Amino acid sequence: MTAAPAPTINLTSVLVDDQEKALAFYTDMLGFQPKNDIPMGEHRWLTVVSPEHPDGVELVLEPDEHPAARPFKEALVADGIPYTSFAADDVVAEHERLVALGVRFTQPPTAMGQITTAVFDDTCGNLIQIAG
Amino acid sequence: MALMENESEASLYRALAEPTRRVILDELQKRDGQSLFELRARLATRHQISSSRQAISQHLAVLEEAGLVRSRRVGRTKLHSLSTEPLRSILERWPFLTEEHP
Repeated sequence: MTAAPAPTINLTSVLVDDQEKALAFYTDMLGFQPKNDIPMGEHRWLTVVSPEHPDGVELVLEPDEHPAARPFKEALVADGIPYTSFAADDVVAEHERLVALGVRFTQPPTAMGQITTAVFDDTCGNLIQIAG
Repeated sequence: MALMENESEASLYRALAEPTRRVILDELQKRDGQSLFELRARLATRHQISSSRQAISQHLAVLEEAGLVRSRRVGRTKLHSLSTEPLRSILERWPFLTEEHP
């Protein structure tokens, strides 16, 4: 019997306080593309992808309605801890672009060892890191 | 007559007596208004200090008690700044004497 291949990582998620607002931020501001938008009762199965990788990993904009989600998110934000991190070829240029769009950063581009990182507020209750 | 150090002086020297806390002050001098996350990343990547989040948080509390660090909320994030005002008491106690160098 041959071993089954390892499962594929195809989704990651951020817990958002409002899916409609999140879709606007993650597409209009960050530049991701809508992928799936399926009604699921009160909420939607809502995902976006990088324009360069339309068949790549999907980011699920997931409602943070579980009672434990908001205190968890608030504790991360208080300490400045990003919920997740996205890759950027040029973090300094991306920071400039997002600031011009009105995005608020808690940490400007900073050299951290081999990489440069910056952290911004996604307006949906999360801090997000860009690194490259 | 024995010198009685007041509590704020004692907390100042206690705060300064720990190497990681002095590095935290160095990093806050480089950029004003840092979150716990940013400080921890700076300590890890620039100083090879891989203290836990809790340890850094405690160091910041000691520095705040000594008046060397101030914190404020921007949005919902707590940002820390260097405050050198308490250092004045050191020079008041042991003034810098230029007249000793004719």
